[in-house]
Amino acid sequence: MKRPLEWQIATVKALRSETREVKTLTLSLPDWVAHRPGQHYDVRLTAEDGYSAQRSYSVASEPERTGEIDLTVERIADGEVSPFLDDTIAIGDRFEVRGPIGGYFVWDSSIRGPLLLVAGGSGVVPLMAMLRHRAAAGGKDPARLLYSARTYEQIIYGQELEMLAGKNGLAVSYTLTRTQPSGWKGYARRIDDAMLEEVSAPLGRNALAFICGPTALVEVAADGLERVGLPADRIRTERFGPSGA
Amino acid sequence: MTEAMDDDLVLDGNAVAGTLAEIYGDDMPTVLAQCASCGKVDHVGGLLAFVHAPGIVLRCTACATVMIRIVQTPKGTFVDVRGKRIPAPPKS
Repeated sequence: MKRPLEWQIATVKALRSETREVKTLTLSLPDWVAHRPGQHYDVRLTAEDGYSAQRSYSVASEPERTGEIDLTVERIADGEVSPFLDDTIAIGDRFEVRGPIGGYFVWDSSIRGPLLLVAGGSGVVPLMAMLRHRAAAGGKDPARLLYSARTYEQIIYGQELEMLAGKNGLAVSYTLTRTQPSGWKGYARRIDDAMLEEVSAPLGRNALAFICGPTALVEVAADGLERVGLPADRIRTERFGPSGA
Repeated sequence: MTEAMDDDLVLDGNAVAGTLAEIYGDDMPTVLAQCASCGKVDHVGGLLAFVHAPGIVLRCTACATVMIRIVQTPKGTFVDVRGKRIPAPPKS
């Protein structure tokens, strides 16, 4: 078995558009190992002249899917790697990856108790791996996802989240910070303490929280959850930024 | 010197776990590190990471002091940890 730090050649098996700027790549891995939801892979692209660029992308899929992983990539204008992964790449293409990497921002169903997930934009990706794994493993402990996006069209995995929500103890709340469709019933502002209180209260004060998104959102949400009473050592954060670029 | 702290480009130590593991052979994001300047203790995975430069810089979340610098060159990897202390073990 390959160690996670050795590079292997991934083959693009499928491509799916999630939103206008976000695409999911299904990669077949010859030396697949089960990841822990929240972990990422490093992607290395090397040009013909030898120049190479490396980025890290969270795994979106659940470890129950063997032999392949999904990486969801947000296209960053002027980025070196993400425009290639989003625009140029085709089924059958091959490039180097290594992983799974990271033991800090991870959750699996052996961790019992209420689970609170807070996502900003494409920060939802590692949290989606957790929710897909939770569903596959039959998890029923209460869980909540608070997902902040600019517009309705920029919600990633919207249909799948709709199917998962309301079942097996999972509730999903959205806040749309820029524009909202008519008749929108979700939140319509940036994440604040009142919102965090409403979303987290039903889980009690000992929920385990994972926050992933741009730095500003991560800081507001982490500080806010502490202010509404979650212990700091129950709050894990990952700054997603346009991590790809 | 004005340092651009463009929030949108800040990642965290998780994002460079692969490079850190190349150097240390271990999962560094779960390891604790102490800022040599202000004393704040954080998981390496929680440090601010700046990767859009010729090298990787990890900074303290409290005071932004540079804790770890990594530059990879064709001749080898240079690691500067002068801004980082190993925190004292918890008193039992």
